[in-house]
Amino acid sequence: MAEKTPSPSMMRSQRPIDRSILVENRALLRSIERRTLLRGGISLGALTMLTGCDITNKDAVQGVLSRMSLWNDRVQAFLFSPTRLAPEFPASAVLKPPRWNAFIPRDQVPDVDGATWRLELAGRITDKRPLTLSDINAMPHVTQRTRHVCVEGWDYIGEWTGVPLRHLLERVGADLTASYVAFRCADTYTGGIDMPTALHPQTQLTTKYAGQTLDKAFGFPIRLKAATKLGFKQPKQIVAIEVTNTRPGGYWEDRGFNWFSGI
Amino acid sequence: MHPLIIRITHWVNAAAMIVMIGSGWRIFNDSPLFDFIFPPVITFGGDPDVSWHKYQNGAYGALQWHFAAMWVLVINGLVYLTYGIVSGRFGRLFLPITVDGVRSAVHDALRFKLDHNTGVYNHVQRLLYIGVLCLGVLVVMSGLAIWKPVQFQGLAKLFITFQGARWVHFLCMVGIVLFMIVHVALALLVPKTIVGMVKGDDHDTDHKHKTGERS
Repeated sequence: MAEKTPSPSMMRSQRPIDRSILVENRALLRSIERRTLLRGGISLGALTMLTGCDITNKDAVQGVLSRMSLWNDRVQAFLFSPTRLAPEFPASAVLKPPRWNAFIPRDQVPDVDGATWRLELAGRITDKRPLTLSDINAMPHVTQRTRHVCVEGWDYIGEWTGVPLRHLLERVGADLTASYVAFRCADTYTGGIDMPTALHPQTQLTTKYAGQTLDKAFGFPIRLKAATKLGFKQPKQIVAIEVTNTRPGGYWEDRGFNWFSGI
Repeated sequence: MHPLIIRITHWVNAAAMIVMIGSGWRIFNDSPLFDFIFPPVITFGGDPDVSWHKYQNGAYGALQWHFAAMWVLVINGLVYLTYGIVSGRFGRLFLPITVDGVRSAVHDALRFKLDHNTGVYNHVQRLLYIGVLCLGVLVVMSGLAIWKPVQFQGLAKLFITFQGARWVHFLCMVGIVLFMIVHVALALLVPKTIVGMVKGDDHDTDHKHKTGERS
């Protein structure tokens, strides 16, 4: 397990992704090897699969999987259309309250005081003055009724209202030619998305769900809603945004979930 | 009997299917479609009970395997399908299928009158082979709809809802697994079919198949 190391940016994941994956997966691969022995006994196919591939070389196997995941990022970036919209649904389809899920138990979601909350801005942004909730609320809002898809496999239709991320980035003079937008959250969650997704019309900083101010467990005061991403790519309780050319990690991404995770 | 390209794609497919199905079971377990999960020990690539990580959610290993093996499965499958169609192999071995042919094959099978001629498939076999090829196409289509419900929204619409695509993906897997069980059991009953699929030096030749000659 890699120790936390100081990062050039507080926005970035505190653990270097490649190293942690290599270290963390040693035992995984050991267990796969064990199961492979069992499976080999019942499967002629598995023997073929292992021919010429030294499964005992664990880092090499994880290296191949990690490279395949990076390749899949590129394929997904290619498949992503900046103009293709996610299907919208009628108000009657909206799930109230929405399904909750997070990396921490619900009773550990921190309280955020909207009056003292500030959105920090960092990286390739001209005007880095922190934004207040009033600043956010004064910006134009849009509403989307789209499908929320979790990497686990469940989904629901929700209604999110918020400021288009593109609007906010333009407003603060962000470098829109930069590659990534990274997020840091009050609940310590981190994440980040590619710039084309950040500029997509259905990517917003959400303040309301189904017309009501966000509950803290669903991301008060603001969360990211991106209709073209899986749920875990949409951080809640955001407290800082950085525009950067260094690919940000993220809580789940650092643990091995695919980085792009577009839908 | 089996050309080299068929033997290679057959075994590559077998390996890819095992990885896809085993990792798919682990992914399924994270959000089961009904009140059942696959025993973790038979899943592939992300088992929290026997695995390394201290985090509760172990599906990302399985997802990594699933989304790596999918390339092997799809590219290999396209080579196999293209060869099978263009060379006329599918038409020769899997067609025609007639009701009478199926009826007589079932009739024979129920009396244990199994024809062990490799290279000539009875009508039930033909039906099963064509059926599993269709399932293979459908499992990939539903998989793409699950992977990219927005970018491939036209395809996703075929499955009505996101969970609809998951159900189709799951049921295709069930069909493929049932096929594999029958397929492997029959192959083990007639081991020369396995030799033929490995070495390709079965005594039958394509010429004999064409003329209907039996060895």
